Amino acid sequence: MSDLKQELKEKIITQLNLEDIAIDEIADNDSLFGDGLGLDSIDALELIVMLDKDYGIKLTDPKEGKKIFESIEVMANYITKHRTK
Amino acid sequence: MEKVFINSIGSISTQRTFDNNDFLEEITTYEDNIIPAIEPNYKDFIPPAAARRMAKGIKMGVVAAKIAMEEAKLLNVDAIITGTGMGCVRDSEKFVTAILDNNEQFLTPTSFIQSTHNTVAGQIALGIGCKGYNFTYVHSSISFESALIDALMQLKLKEAKNILVGGVDESGEHTNAIHELIRHIKPEKINTNKLLQSNTEGAVFGEGANFFVLSNNKQNSSYAQLLDVKTFNTLPKSELTTNLVEFLNNNNLSADDIDVLISGNNGDVNFDNYYLELTEGPFKNTQQVYYKHLSGEFNTASSFGFWLGAKILKTQYLPSEISLNTIKSKGFGIVLLYNQYRGKNHSFTLLRQC
Repeated sequence: MSDLKQELKEKIITQLNLEDIAIDEIADNDSLFGDGLGLDSIDALELIVMLDKDYGIKLTDPKEGKKIFESIEVMANYITKHRTK
Repeated sequence: MEKVFINSIGSISTQRTFDNNDFLEEITTYEDNIIPAIEPNYKDFIPPAAARRMAKGIKMGVVAAKIAMEEAKLLNVDAIITGTGMGCVRDSEKFVTAILDNNEQFLTPTSFIQSTHNTVAGQIALGIGCKGYNFTYVHSSISFESALIDALMQLKLKEAKNILVGGVDESGEHTNAIHELIRHIKPEKINTNKLLQSNTEGAVFGEGANFFVLSNNKQNSSYAQLLDVKTFNTLPKSELTTNLVEFLNNNNLSADDIDVLISGNNGDVNFDNYYLELTEGPFKNTQQVYYKHLSGEFNTASSFGFWLGAKILKTQYLPSEISLNTIKSKGFGIVLLYNQYRGKNHSFTLLRQC
């Protein structure tokens, strides 16, 4: 699980071009949106594509994303349960 | 008809031009066939959150516009008009590559959103909160001049007071590879100081963003008066001189009135003969300069020539590195720019000291 969390942090930084943020600056329970990392709706779309491409998880209801992308911890738990690759 | 002045400039190019207090004091020479822009520290101009989705061309355009706005001491303008030949080509390459690599699946939105040609003008408008006229011309190597003509007409007819006009193009890896393949880029790496002696086909490609605030109010920061611009999609070499003389006559000028001819020579052995038509013809006794050994060739490289003309008229100084002949004018009152690319899309631009 900790490897997956590390992997998610690396992917978020690279794919969302968060050049000024280091991996150790993202805590597992930090909010990804709003006051936390400050991600926005375009980032949410990028994350939905990432889940599909890298873990085989298709989100059919975009509202699901709000819960799943709450934090690295929540994302990692969801991926562990639902991943197909 | 109102007069139109260039009230400020902002330039990011393959030379260190982003500091308006500097005028080519240190010229960078390259030994290459593709040359990159010298970039400022973007964090000094754009908040990191806004910059993270911007490719190089957008950053160059936004920052050049910001420098021009600051010099003109303006917080907003009536219109933003840009010219670009290839638009945001890096993001275009990115999402098209993603389509191919992922078999048309898993397409992410960011590069697609940022890939459109009008992204730069849009981002500038968002940055300064400009809800006015916003237009981008994509007309190959007369893209910048098309933007200039639009601004010139609006200002002359008092439809606007201050207009931000710019030319921007970024270099894209895949696009450059294609241009190398078809020999539009020189096959050999070349010392840019010896560009015009290369005697080979193709050009040295560059990139950059040059922005200007045009206004019908002259102010302390003003560089020059923009008199006229004319473009031609096609113009046979045999008709070049006649059309140029007619253009000058329409402005009550003749070739003898021109103090400096800024020529767009790019060292392409197949197409530099258009410039010879003028430099060895009606302007053989006029001081001549060139600039594409400094800026590289790109669809809006002529905006760098425009920047150069504005600088020469304001400072009354001309760096020796840009001289094309040995004739020296007594002063710089009227500057004529001529540019074309591969024998097409010709432009004449006339500037006067103000």
